[in-house]
Amino acid sequence: MPNHLITLPILLPLIVAAAMIPISERSRILKGLLGVSTTFVVFIISVVLMRQAAEADAVPLVYLLGNWSSAFGIVLVADRLSVLMLFLTSILALAAQVYGMAKWHTAGYHFHSLFLMLVAGLNGAYLTGDIFNLFVFFEMLLAASYGLLLHGSGPQRVRAGLHYIAINLAASSLFLVGIALIYGAAGTLNMAGIALAFREAEPANRLLLEAGATAIGITFLIKAGMWPLCFWLPGAYSVATPPAAAIFAILSKVGIYILLRLSVLVFGPGSGASAGFGQALLFYGGLATIAFGMIGVLASQAMGRLASYCVLVSSGTLLAAIGLGKPEVIGGALFYLVSSTLTLAALFLLIELVERGRDAGADVLAVTMEAYGDAEDEEVEQEVGVAIPATIAVLGFCFSACGILIAGLPPLSGFLAKFAMLSGVIGGNPGAVTAAQWSFVALLIVSGLAAMIAMSRAGIRTFWASLEGTVPRVMVVEILPVIMLLGICVLFSIRAASAIAYMDDTADALMEPARYIEAVRGAVTVPPAEQVIGAKPVAEGG
Amino acid sequence: MELILSAAIGVLAASGIWLILRPRTYQVVIGLSLLSYAVNLFIFSMGRLRVDAPPVIDKIANPPVAAYTDPVPQALVLTAIVIGFAMTALFLVVLLASRGFTRTDHVDGRE
Repeated sequence: MPNHLITLPILLPLIVAAAMIPISERSRILKGLLGVSTTFVVFIISVVLMRQAAEADAVPLVYLLGNWSSAFGIVLVADRLSVLMLFLTSILALAAQVYGMAKWHTAGYHFHSLFLMLVAGLNGAYLTGDIFNLFVFFEMLLAASYGLLLHGSGPQRVRAGLHYIAINLAASSLFLVGIALIYGAAGTLNMAGIALAFREAEPANRLLLEAGATAIGITFLIKAGMWPLCFWLPGAYSVATPPAAAIFAILSKVGIYILLRLSVLVFGPGSGASAGFGQALLFYGGLATIAFGMIGVLASQAMGRLASYCVLVSSGTLLAAIGLGKPEVIGGALFYLVSSTLTLAALFLLIELVERGRDAGADVLAVTMEAYGDAEDEEVEQEVGVAIPATIAVLGFCFSACGILIAGLPPLSGFLAKFAMLSGVIGGNPGAVTAAQWSFVALLIVSGLAAMIAMSRAGIRTFWASLEGTVPRVMVVEILPVIMLLGICVLFSIRAASAIAYMDDTADALMEPARYIEAVRGAVTVPPAEQVIGAKPVAEGG
Repeated sequence: MELILSAAIGVLAASGIWLILRPRTYQVVIGLSLLSYAVNLFIFSMGRLRVDAPPVIDKIANPPVAAYTDPVPQALVLTAIVIGFAMTALFLVVLLASRGFTRTDHVDGRE
């Protein structure tokens, strides 16, 4: 009996998104409730799948679409890593959708449909085990993300959208070139089949396969924002509407997910002559990205840009950790991925609340404010909504929690994640750590310091120096998602042992690509149903 | 035939990349289109070039498997064409919106 549950995280948002399009924009609240409840169901499915994947003892759950054998058809694969990403995505989507229902979904058309399309594309990209199907889901999530980036319109968003779309279209072309090269040499599009083809390739074919893998890798490095392919990212993320920016925090992690998935599957342990291909590039590229992001964090004047550069630092850290190729580090890196994505999404949502009612120029001046003294005269903008008493206190508390999480200070999960990675690098034997690994350790710590400096500078200017008469009006439904995201980070800090145990098991399972390959290759089709007398024989396949 | 096809792919890709790097939005659109043509031809050629070989199974004549050409790249090309077409259309809309907002067709919105 195939596990049909695996298809639901893709189908459900897709169907609801399509069904929502004819509903009039006037019933936005209905659409919003429909969207939120869909995401909530996807969240529950992801929890169920997570339990199943954990119980299955590291054997991935495989679903043969249309009952075609995995040699011919497309497979969906749910292993620990992909259900972890499903779980993370549904939490983020839930928070961003609830936030969007307060105000932002009135800024344009079809906000909730686009959002669910994005969720469906993301879930598809995590679950698929076929490289061309990955391209299709990737285009789907990109198409939805174009719409979300342009949501709210305005010259800035349109300009950033123009750059974002152009870069992603060029990257997609590169992705197709990579797929074609791999198909030409391997004769299959199935990821497990490709991994086997790499193992058995002739030298002449291996060159083609590696060229294809490089093209695909570069596509996802653009998406993940590795230096020097990241210059589009701060511009796009900092102008997007807050709910869109919050879900964009996971878009760059999709690039990381694919790179991790393909690099361990195809170039991981036991993969023969191509083992370790591209690892050095990921590692040094990751280090360069951390350094670039760090400089950006320190130099940013507006808070939106600061958060965007934090995305780059997070991407760089993950890329470098993958490039190290040690399972202990990858376990910590997965924990960092979850923690940093939740934090960055919370920060993107929070920034707009904090900046409400401030002068437009106030952010730009924040960095050089010392020269101007304390003569601030900011106006209060009366916005419709229920004001929370002591709003500033709540916002300030959330902001400092974000700061602590991003900088990686104890006691929250940001610290635990960095600690897990560092202890993975150093292990019990500091003598065996190479100079390159020490530079990763150093950059990880210094990037935390840079984030701390930048966040406290922004925080002091916002919450301490300008308290008088600048209390922004914030609706409960807007601050709740932020508190929820940060609360999950706190939960991750309290239940760190079981969370890290899950991540370590995931990393161990990833480091045995043979299991994934066997599970996919060995998936059996469902035999035709027993024929009822007089009924038509069941046709083969789907 | 191989030579002509590879030359065509090369020329299309080179022109496409050159146009993408130009400062006018219209040039970028044309560049992206040329690039996607090059990519589509490239995918097609990865199924190996065969003349007079059908990709669809002929149940009546039922020729041997070797008489067919690989149908997968053709299916891939179809998908890629559809997606590329939709994306180009979307890009054109954004181009027009940008032109309306900034009154210039420069990709940065200012000369």
